This record gives sequence, structure tokens and C-alpha cells, in this order.
Amino acid sequence: MKRLFTKVATAGALALAVGVGPAQADEPIRIGVLATLEGVFAGPGQDGVRGFEMAIDEFGGQVAGRDIRVYRASSDASPDSALRAARRLVESDNVDILIGPLSGAEGIAVKNYAHEQPQVTFLNGSSAAQQTTLENPAENFYRFSTEGVQWQAGLGTYVIEEKGYERVAILAEDYAFPYAQIKGFMTEFCAAGGTVAEKMFVPLETRDYSSVIARMPRDIDAIYVVMGGSDILNFLEQYQQMGGQAPLIGGSISVDQTILSAEGPTRDYLIGTPTSGPIADDWEDERWRAFQDRYREMFPDGLPSPGLFAHAYYVNTLAALTALEEVGGDLSDGHAAFREALNNLELETPTGVISVDHNRQAVADIFITEVASDGEGGLYNRVVGIREGVNQTLGFPEEEFLANGFAERDNPPVEDCQ
Amino acid sequence: MTLFVLTVLNGLTLAGLYFLVASGFSLVFGLMRNINLAHGSLYLLGGYIGYSTFRTTGSWELGVAVGALSMAVAGAVLQYCIFRFMEGQALRQTLVTIAISIIAADLMLWYWGATAYQFTTPDWVRGATPIPFLQLAYPTYRLFVLLSAVVVGIALWLFLNKTRIGIMIRAGVDDKDMLDASGVNVQVLFCVTFAVGAALAGLAGVLGGSYLSLAPGEDMRFLLASLIVVIVGGMGSIVGAAVGAVLIGLTEQFGLAYAPSYAPVYTFLILVFVLAFRPQGIMGRPVET
Repeated sequence: MKRLFTKVATAGALALAVGVGPAQADEPIRIGVLATLEGVFAGPGQDGVRGFEMAIDEFGGQVAGRDIRVYRASSDASPDSALRAARRLVESDNVDILIGPLSGAEGIAVKNYAHEQPQVTFLNGSSAAQQTTLENPAENFYRFSTEGVQWQAGLGTYVIEEKGYERVAILAEDYAFPYAQIKGFMTEFCAAGGTVAEKMFVPLETRDYSSVIARMPRDIDAIYVVMGGSDILNFLEQYQQMGGQAPLIGGSISVDQTILSAEGPTRDYLIGTPTSGPIADDWEDERWRAFQDRYREMFPDGLPSPGLFAHAYYVNTLAALTALEEVGGDLSDGHAAFREALNNLELETPTGVISVDHNRQAVADIFITEVASDGEGGLYNRVVGIREGVNQTLGFPEEEFLANGFAERDNPPVEDCQ
Repeated sequence: MTLFVLTVLNGLTLAGLYFLVASGFSLVFGLMRNINLAHGSLYLLGGYIGYSTFRTTGSWELGVAVGALSMAVAGAVLQYCIFRFMEGQALRQTLVTIAISIIAADLMLWYWGATAYQFTTPDWVRGATPIPFLQLAYPTYRLFVLLSAVVVGIALWLFLNKTRIGIMIRAGVDDKDMLDASGVNVQVLFCVTFAVGAALAGLAGVLGGSYLSLAPGEDMRFLLASLIVVIVGGMGSIVGAAVGAVLIGLTEQFGLAYAPSYAPVYTFLILVFVLAFRPQGIMGRPVET
């Protein structure tokens, strides 16, 4: 018994001395970055990492006199792969701060994991499911990027008033992020008098959409499409081949730069497609212009203009580094000072000042845009409106907003909007 | 009714593409008992090379030819330089082909980047073809893919049944050692078979990339598709690959049309049933032990 006690005590002491002890001031700060570098969102993942690198580069690879050591991990947009990658970063690379992941359902998985690892501070990458910060939020998970519901603020009103689309069919990939986008879109669209003919979900990475297209209702003014990566390209090509002519309304990642700059004959169909999201390619603002220029300078092979993913990873990394600088790199006492600084941060970003609410979720401006041609074969998102200071409940009191539950597959129901 | 007909057509045209990929996979397995898990990489690489050719020359037809031929060479090289040394060692072959697929995927990501590519198909396959007796038009290109699959299927059958090499291949499937003993250079035969199988993957890469996009990850998707098709249809049988492809293609499309939420489940249900009741596949022969 006594020997056992001695063993346990020694082990405990060792653990304290080696692992859990406060980091020394001259030790590098370990930051992990998690993005999807495989599968359907490999393109967006690559762009996310560019955003991350821009923020690190802005600080010259150092923060508060301490070097930054970067650890990278990749997932394939599935929650279990994200969890695996996060575990590797936290449990084997021992990162202090983890930035990521990229996709909606991944974000929920990593947030749940954050509950188990209170000693690490998590900042979101670009994942944008609603539940990540609204349902059982983790004290140590911050999201300085806005999410799917917020991104669609203003879009529903815009398509009715400016485009005259009053009846739409919804086609979306079947996971947490599109649910959030649909919630954001339908909240305004239905309130403004629009109707939804049908909601159709397809599995992520569906390659053949012909049967879905065949089933598309005919009596609609437009299709509201929430898909990303190679999925939307496949859909577009096949929709045109099958003679489809309905105009599109895009989800935030459906007409992102990763799509607009893809090679192929289908893109011109997108001209005039309205969408809304956290960035707008041609926004005439000095801070945004400077960000764009720096992106192009750092990544000559990158997209023509930084994408939504680069922006989200940049903003979250910037928040982490700015707060670290503020507290002099102090990560002692379970990151207490660092997290306090994050909570109170008024972060200057290329798209305006961003702060977080009581759930550590960003409140920021949202841009309503329309795809336009630059006359030289390139496409970009032209600003047609800005919604300022959009919060996670779209300005409704939280209780009222959540009265019907979280954004889910069948929530909001189509029947409420017919 | 229209939806039903369209779904059948969609299923058959998708089956055409699956057959092109899976028949090559099955052919190689039938002769060499080599489960080539890098088959998906051959699909994607063929597609990419076809795309680059198409971009440089502007000719889609040339892209198709180069995509298929380059993979034929790649297949022969793989067989001659690598698989020759691990004949009959199933586990080692499996590991090596997985390694090749991972390395190839990263190299392709490095060279072609992560953006999705699509071909501009020539005018003669663009647009839609009216379907007789029904008031609807169907994309010409998809019908063209189906037709190509039928032509390739017939050509493969003729090749295996009517040519000298084909007869040797079939003899090799039955008894490799005896064939070797009767004076046939089995190594050359293996290279030819591997080249044909890989060329089919490359061809499918360009044909598939012309209506589904080419992007990282497609390699694994098509490897999985051909695995399922071949397991359902029966390993090593070309007819089995056709049956499996039609079954899987129709299942996927009917799933997507009538119950999209569960679309991925049906395919695997078929797989489960086949493995439970007829593990050698619908047209397969029981493995001799």
C-alpha cells in the first residue's frame, strides 16, 4: 500500500514537473492549425492555411518575444477525422493553442473535445455551424469568425426586394453548416413573404446530381444552393447539361473565390448570383485592400482574391496573437489572462472591428454581394449591401430566436413557409 | 413517369462510368490476383494528364487518347518495376499499392493544386438528345459515356475471347504455372494486362472528369466505387463488373431520386447482402483454397 502510494506520488510529481508546469518564458508558444487538406474541401483548406500563415507572418513568427512553433494537421471534413487530428495536436504535439477546424460538423466535434481539454485554448478556423457556440458552448472555444446563420443576414430580404425571387427550391449538402445557412436565409426570406417549394438534401461528396436535378420542382423563381468545393461545380455542370435555367441564390461558400476561380466552362452561369457572407471581394475599404494586396504578394499562386476560408483562419489567428501580445505571452494559470484578453478584444480586422459575445461568438458585419465579371474572364463578388454588427441570433432576443430549437435538417420546417 | 425514366437513364450512364473503371481493376485481379489499391490514382492521374493535354492542344479527343495511353505506360512500368518482385504476396502488394496511392495523391495535389478542373467537351457531345416517345431531352454526353462503356465492354470481350493474347490471359487465370511451363512469357503477359487495366482507368478519368470535376479525393471515391462494383459483381469477371456496375449505378441514382437522405446506405446494403449470401460475388467463382 505504502509502496503504491509512493509510486503514484512520484508519478504525479513527475507529471507536474514535465508536462503540466507553467511554460517558461523563453520556450516557444506551440500553435496547432487544423484544416481540411484532403477530399472535397481540399481547396478551401489550402486557402484557410494561407490565412493562418498571413497572421503568423504579420507578427514575424514571434509573439511577445517568444517564438511561435507551428504544428499542422489535416482532416477530410468528417467530424471523426477532425477529432483525430485535434487529438494528435493536443495530446501528442502538446499545443497551447489550436486553430481550426474548417467545416461545420467538424467544429461541433472539436468544441465537444475542447470540454475535455480545459488547459488548451481553441480558436475556430472557418467552421460555421450554429450549435458550435450556441449549444453547450465550451469556455475555452472561441470563434472570431461569424457562422452560417449570420452569414445569410440580409440575403432573404435582398432576393425578394431586388431580384424578385419569391418562390425558391433549396438544395443543400446534408450536414450542420448548410442547416445553419438555411436557418439564416429562411428566417428573413419567409418573414418577407417568400415561399419555399421544397428542401432537398444530398450527401456530401455526391458526384452525380442528375436524379436530384430531375426531381427539381418547375414552378420556382430560383434555386437556393448551399454546397461547396467540387460538389457545387459538379452540380452546375450537370444542371446546365440537363437544360436547367433557373437562376441561383448562393450559400456563402457556393460562390466563394475557391469556386469562382475554378477552371471550366460552367462559371459564367453564376454571373448575377446573389449571396451574403463575411467578405466581399471588391469592398472599397483601405484595410480590406491592404489585406488583399498582402495576400496576393505572399501567395502569387493563390486565388485572385483571398477567400472566405483564408479570411476566417486569418481573423481567428490574428485574435489569438493580438491577445497573446496584450498579455505579454502569459499562458500561466490555465490561460486565465489570455482568455480574459480574448473576451474583451476589440479586434481590428480587414472587414471591420470584431468582438465576441457571452458565448465567445463573433459579432461582425455581413456583406451582401452579387457575382460579377471583371471583363477579363475573372469573376468576383460585388458588394451590393452591408449589414452591420450581426450577432448570432440575428438581432432577436436569444430565447425568442431559439424558441423553435437549433438549426437542424428539418428546422425550420418547409411547411412554415408555404 | 418522367422521373422514373430519367432515373433509369442516370443509373445506366453512371454504371457506364463505373464499368470503365472497375473492369480494368477486375481484369488485373483476375489474372494476377493483385488487388491494386492504386487504381483510383490511375483514374485521377489519367484525368489530370488528359486535362493538361486538352489545355495545351485544345483538343478534347487528344486529351482522351493521351489520358488513356499515358496510364497504359504507367501501368506497365508499375508492373515491371514493382509488382514483378512481389508476385503472390497479397499483403505486401496491398500495402505497396496503398503507399503508391498516398504518394501519388500528394504529388498530384502538389502539381495540379487543389482547385477542381472541368473539361469543355466538344460540340458533338454537348447539349441534349431528345428521347423518342417521351417529351424529354437527355444530356448527349452521358449517353456518349454509356455508349463508350458498351463499346469497351464488347471490345474487352472480343480481346479476351478471340485474340491470342486474350486466350493466354484466360489460360493464365486458370493456371499460371502451367501457362508458364508451356513456353509463354508470363511477365510480358502481366505487363500487357496491367497496361490495359490502367488504360481503362485513365480513359475513365478523362471521360468522368468531363462531367464530374477532377479534384483531389476523386481517386479514393473511384477506388471505393470500383471495389464495391467488383465485390458485388465478382472479382476477376468482366461480365460481373458490368452486372455490378449496373446494380450499383441504378441503386445510387434511385436512392438519390427517391430517398436522398439515405442514398449512401443502399449501396452498402447491397454489399452486405452479397457478402452474406454470395461472398464470391454475383458472377464470381468460389476461390480455390
